[in-house]
Amino acid sequence: MSFETILFYLFAAVTVFAALRVITARNPLHAVLFLVLAFVSSAGIWLLLEAEFLAITLVLVYVGAVMVLFLFVVMMLDINLEQLRKGFWQWLPVGALLAALIVVQMVWVLGDNSNTNGLTAIKHAADYSNTKELGRLIYTDYVYPFELAAVLLLVAMVAAIALTFRRRRDVKAQDISKQVSVRREDRVRLVTTPAVMKQQSDERRVTDRRNAD
Amino acid sequence: MMELLQTLQLLGQDLLGAAWMPVWTVIKIMLIVLPIMGTVAYLTLMERKVLGFMQIRPGPNRVGYWGLLQPVADGIKLLTKEFIIPNGSNKFLFVAAPVLALTPALAAWAVIPFDDGMTLANVNAGMLYLIAMTSLGVYGIIIAGWASNSKYAFLGALRSAAQIVSYELAMGFALVCVLLAAQSMNFGDIVRGQSHGNGMLGWYWIPLFPMFIVYFLAGVAETNRAPFDLAEDESAIVAGFHTEYSGMGFAIFFLAEYANMILIAALTSVMFLGGWLPPFDIAPLNQIPGLIWMIGKMSVMLFIFLWFRATFPRYRYDQLMRLGWKVFIPLTLIWVVVVAAWMQTPYWLW
Repeated sequence: MSFETILFYLFAAVTVFAALRVITARNPLHAVLFLVLAFVSSAGIWLLLEAEFLAITLVLVYVGAVMVLFLFVVMMLDINLEQLRKGFWQWLPVGALLAALIVVQMVWVLGDNSNTNGLTAIKHAADYSNTKELGRLIYTDYVYPFELAAVLLLVAMVAAIALTFRRRRDVKAQDISKQVSVRREDRVRLVTTPAVMKQQSDERRVTDRRNAD
Repeated sequence: MMELLQTLQLLGQDLLGAAWMPVWTVIKIMLIVLPIMGTVAYLTLMERKVLGFMQIRPGPNRVGYWGLLQPVADGIKLLTKEFIIPNGSNKFLFVAAPVLALTPALAAWAVIPFDDGMTLANVNAGMLYLIAMTSLGVYGIIIAGWASNSKYAFLGALRSAAQIVSYELAMGFALVCVLLAAQSMNFGDIVRGQSHGNGMLGWYWIPLFPMFIVYFLAGVAETNRAPFDLAEDESAIVAGFHTEYSGMGFAIFFLAEYANMILIAALTSVMFLGGWLPPFDIAPLNQIPGLIWMIGKMSVMLFIFLWFRATFPRYRYDQLMRLGWKVFIPLTLIWVVVVAAWMQTPYWLW
């Protein structure tokens, strides 16, 4: 068994274990962290397939950004575990059926390896850049599907913002442009107060100060 | 020097055979990590000295001559202090959080070139790897905040998470500009791409000047340094995410923060300030080894980090978010288009 095979089985075992713990962990925060582990180890498997761009993007986008926001939300939620567990046995048959369906489909699609039998992937030279090739393909052969996907994402983003954005009228927000355009003259006023002699009466001091103001 | 290295390699291969490769890699890792740790220790001294001089006071000067043993004393103090795990905290995550903060901060150094060819992993997707590693650092902070079971720590963690996710975007776009200019994601090639012009005029800080500024400021925000240190805002939330950490736990967060600072300084030098290249390609300057130039540029950027801390008051949280989303991200997006268009014209000189 080569070193790469050992690595593959290691990553695969960690991925499967982490994925199992995602659905069995009691604490939802632990579930999210196990999901992170599953992502990282599947990125490791992709690296073994020389798909370094996809692997690093998986870590960057899912682990570095999406899961951080997941953690953020899960930490803020007040989750009642009892309530979550209540319908478990009732919904188990439906879930099991769906899971079985997915397994059958996956076996159907992936199990048929007659056309890849006996073929091994060709190793690329060290200077082969997966990223460059991917970029070239996306922007030449697949430019329309790629643009379409981009537009789809843009629409989704606009929709999400439109759904959640509301302007509240009862809050006083600071107008930053007003704040930064304030000059010294607007806030500070220098006044010269004449030195006050000790023997002056209190009355005169008051009038002096008024004049100065 | 090169001959010495080669004899060492041959000797090692004779001695250990196939096992030499991992051993040699571990030696190289040690050669990177140990100096970083030393630099972190003395960066804390430099910070206190610089802050002291800027505030017209001597700074630490009791331990050792000119305070030079102060980091050692601090290290001993932190090592011997008790590591307290608060009641009601999640013990495993509480202990794991500092490790999660430090690991990506050190792992990112694998792709940094210190001199021509002097890098641990000369990978083509170096820049992508680096963005991925720096984006993982936030986990240590969030998990620390949550596992502490403390309101201040939690507030600090939430602030930090939002801040890092926001500034990562601007940072990513600034890196896209560098990627466009260098046409490579390999850091070695990025530096070599800056060697065509006349010394420092060929570096990317000129065509990418707004990106240079944005990248460095976003780096200051990513490392939770003043004036963007909202995550450990001591006047409002005690010490933020590491309120509950004592002893070594605190020390490791400290190490991670300073290792990240040095990393940002190294990256700014590599991508915008020509890495190991001398500022002018003339006789006495290009005789100096590239490593010295690299360290010199990093030191200047680190000094600017400390200078910021001594100069600017802390941002308010809404101001921080406004700067990230409404100033940096539009600016970087526009500059990506400007650079891409500029490169199609004959006026692109880099």
